[in-house]
Amino acid sequence: MIPGSFEYHTPSSISDAVALLQQYGEEAKILSGGHSLVPMMKLRIAEPEHIVDINGIAGLDYIKEEGGVLKIGALVRESDLEHSDLIASKFPIIADAAKLIADPLVRNRATVAGNLAHGDPANDHPAVMLALGAEVVLTGGSGERVVPISEFFVDLLETALKPDEILTEVRIPMPPANSGGAYFKIERRVGDFAIIAVAAQVTLDASGNCASAGIGLTNSGPTPIKVTAAEAYLAGKALDDATLSEAGNLAEAASDPTSDTRAPAEYKKAMVKQMTIRALRRAAERAKGGN
Amino acid sequence: MSTHAITVTLNGEERTGEVEARLLLVHFIRDHLRATGTHIGCDTTSCGACTIMLDGLPVKSCTLFAVQANGCAIKTVEGLATNGEVHPIQEGFMECHGLQCGFCTPGMMLAALGLLERNPNPTAEEIRWGISGNLCRCTGYQNIVKSVQYAAAKMAAGGK
Repeated sequence: MIPGSFEYHTPSSISDAVALLQQYGEEAKILSGGHSLVPMMKLRIAEPEHIVDINGIAGLDYIKEEGGVLKIGALVRESDLEHSDLIASKFPIIADAAKLIADPLVRNRATVAGNLAHGDPANDHPAVMLALGAEVVLTGGSGERVVPISEFFVDLLETALKPDEILTEVRIPMPPANSGGAYFKIERRVGDFAIIAVAAQVTLDASGNCASAGIGLTNSGPTPIKVTAAEAYLAGKALDDATLSEAGNLAEAASDPTSDTRAPAEYKKAMVKQMTIRALRRAAERAKGGN
Repeated sequence: MSTHAITVTLNGEERTGEVEARLLLVHFIRDHLRATGTHIGCDTTSCGACTIMLDGLPVKSCTLFAVQANGCAIKTVEGLATNGEVHPIQEGFMECHGLQCGFCTPGMMLAALGLLERNPNPTAEEIRWGISGNLCRCTGYQNIVKSVQYAAAKMAAGGK
């Protein structure tokens, strides 16, 4: 399959890239990992007239902890997450997700920022970032703005990004002590998009009860879903079976999946409940120091 | 639309081309550089038949533009053997019957090389995850896993 013709630009700085976006507006697309964009271009679902390839911009491939915040640069590949000690030790929820995204070859190119900026509810990082309470840094003609991830996903394949903006950094608060997270994904075959998946992050208090929880759903509606009702319900509670089951009910109620070739909606909703229970249970085990 | 002059190092040899921006890397390798060992299977980023090493990492060359490889080092199946000696991965596939029709094999071997360079002593499960982006419709994978294990042992023993 041959993509449509386009002009190819290789800016060497974010400001040059933003200038190109300002110049070409809706006709331009950012190319980073390209593993969502290029397949869409091959199918001619996307036919941008200008491609702004940011892969040559130096200094965007960092994963670092700074002032109590984990910062992930725009060109961090999924495989970088898999091989990061910081991710492995502090963010098992991200490590869980990273190894389930597509396959190892795709992960050598695909980026975390692109996975978010594409705005696809079937992608895995959106739910994870919702559970973690992340923020994204959007850089455009009028400078930088920081947007909570819960306000970033507007509609199917639509985000808060303006035509002249680039998602330049993901910021995640470092979890306090006694925190853990997990990502549970049901897929028909390795590397496929999720039938549904659930991301859960919990922090326990001194008595072992849930101090706070974050829950995100993948492929369970037109946008990634933050299950605020279950998050509020869990605060202060002991994570016993009845409580986890009720949190699962609230997640199921928040989900809005459609029937498709992967599974009927009823099955997806039932699995949202079960995977919410399992992800919360694993997250709590990890918060107590288990794996 | 304008074209772009690009230079790549293909299996150690500098090669140049004049390409449209939309030309996919796999087509550049096969049609322009005439290195046809790299195959096109699904053309949808699923099967891994087009796997190459780009600056040392295995990637699917059907999902990159040739212009993105400008200045990069590319290794394809043609670059695995040195001085007429097959690479331990190639030897493993021969000895362990790691192929039948052979269509997936070039990509499979380059994915295996990428795996072994990062993890020289993988478990069978790690090998299965490592080749999970490469589809084989003949072998059922069992002999491919054995082939990669053979290669890992041979490489650890100083075979390459």
